[in-house]
Amino acid sequence: MRKNVSLKIFAGLVFAFLLVPLLIIIVTSFGTNSTIQFPIKGFTLEWYSKVFNNESFMDSFFLSLQVAFFATLLALIIGVPAAYSLARHRVFGRNWIKSFFLSPTIVPGLVVGYSMYQFIVIKYQFPIIQGLLLGHFLICLPYVIRVVGSTIEQLDFSIEEVSWTLGSTKLQAFIKVVLPNITSGIFASFMLAFINSFNNIPVSQFLSGPGVTMLPTSLMNYIEYNYDPSVSALSVILMLGTIVLMYVIEKTLGLASIS
Amino acid sequence: MSYVELKDIRVSYDNNTDILKDLNLSIEKGELVSLLGPSGCGKTTTLRVIAGLIAPNDGEFLVDNQNLTKVPVHKREFGMVFQSYALFPHLTIKENVAFGLKLRKEKRNIIEKKVQDILAITGLEELGDRYPKQLSGGQRQRVALARALVIEPKLLLLDEPLSNLDAKLRLAMRIEIKRIQSQLGITSVFVTHDQEECFSISDKVAVMNKGVIEQFDTPEEIYKNPKTEFVARFIGFENFFELTPTEDWKYKTVDGTIFQSTHKWEPGKRTGTIRPEDIEIAAITQQNTNNTVSGTIKVRTFLGKSYQYEVETPIGTLLANKADDVVYQVGDNVTLSIPAHKLIIV
Repeated sequence: MRKNVSLKIFAGLVFAFLLVPLLIIIVTSFGTNSTIQFPIKGFTLEWYSKVFNNESFMDSFFLSLQVAFFATLLALIIGVPAAYSLARHRVFGRNWIKSFFLSPTIVPGLVVGYSMYQFIVIKYQFPIIQGLLLGHFLICLPYVIRVVGSTIEQLDFSIEEVSWTLGSTKLQAFIKVVLPNITSGIFASFMLAFINSFNNIPVSQFLSGPGVTMLPTSLMNYIEYNYDPSVSALSVILMLGTIVLMYVIEKTLGLASIS
Repeated sequence: MSYVELKDIRVSYDNNTDILKDLNLSIEKGELVSLLGPSGCGKTTTLRVIAGLIAPNDGEFLVDNQNLTKVPVHKREFGMVFQSYALFPHLTIKENVAFGLKLRKEKRNIIEKKVQDILAITGLEELGDRYPKQLSGGQRQRVALARALVIEPKLLLLDEPLSNLDAKLRLAMRIEIKRIQSQLGITSVFVTHDQEECFSISDKVAVMNKGVIEQFDTPEEIYKNPKTEFVARFIGFENFFELTPTEDWKYKTVDGTIFQSTHKWEPGKRTGTIRPEDIEIAAITQQNTNNTVSGTIKVRTFLGKSYQYEVETPIGTLLANKADDVVYQVGDNVTLSIPAHKLIIV
């Protein structure tokens, strides 16, 4: 019994450590102070309207959304067939390819960003938007290949074989039998890749250029010169967005399917 | 020319070891043929070659005089039932069954009718709108069968379809499969490692070992007259002893006793074999009679309806079963007589 109580206290402390800073941010976003201060003196929604009226926030927010969306989409288009053939065929050097696709999640983000900078910007001089898309696509791809790949591996291969014997070509079988049974993996990998791309700082930092700023960068730039609660307000908006996303995933798939 | 012909089929995965070695098999129209053997004998590989899921390295495969060796699996029009049933989890039972018909672009009302008919034959009318995970093992098995049959396949291929069912259901389903198969008159190949299952259902049985067919015969013939030692062992012969053929079409054991067998005398075969339940045990030791051998009981095992005795004799240790009306003790001297019509030479 005593052991149980101390365990509860410990768990409570851990949760507090994790959640209190977030709570403080939420509270400060409603404060009337002109800098981020806690506790707040009065209540206002001014900072929220400031966020929505700040052009650079809005522009970079939508840019980040678009880049994350299209990069993830591209990663799905390329990653799902790749994951399929890695799982199903005796690809030469399959284990090497698998670890290669894991590498961007192991190599520090800074290194990835810098090497992309070397190639995408300096060597091949991609236009900025295309470069950003390509960079973020490369961040997203490993998530797709890993998550979708493990879903495909759990699928009974004989349902594909049986659909061949019933007269479907390999492509038809993939579309009619495999795809409908790996939607949870595809959806989960989409979410994971999307969130990772959206939050990524190093790659965005290295690949963006004049006039093109991603949200994390524009947030950092803003904090450097203005330490006002609109940053808190923006953070709260992002948290809300994530909560809504998670709620949708939980309702459609269950969070367990992602982890 | 038989309906289905496999000619000199050779399959090897890495060009070193052959999974199938020059396999030949002929199946008549409407027959149910079983491929029987231990795991790794190549029976499933044979079935997959027939289905088109494995391309043979050498050999030809013909159905109805058409060479199908190079025809891809989706154009062969064979129905296949997998061990895992392989139902499409995202489709209802009706949609599962209609899958092959939709690919053939048949009219909707025709699809509807054919699906209804086959669901009726397989006893699934009530379950059409359910999903596979809502069904029991036996019901899933029927769906897999219905889905394979509804396309009116030239061949029905069954890969250990009953091995995931419990014993009672397995018995019921094998009767069911046999009923549907003969009702529709469909030529079928059935893969199994269970000899009882295979004997009860098949018109003919191919016993396989290490990539070759050891014997291809009716179930009765295989049961009563196995041609090789492997087949004999596989179907329950447990006593094997060396015999030397004599000039007058008899055999001599290692201790000189004369054995006779009513089964065919073939040159080169010199192992006698008999099932434990076919050996007769008697207490009195008589010497020098044909087809008998004396020995001492070493081990006695209770089998339920009978006892099994392990008897040490001059020609080797023999197993003999006897009902429990007379019970012998370990150490008793007994005479085993081996009836000529039950003694097989392999």
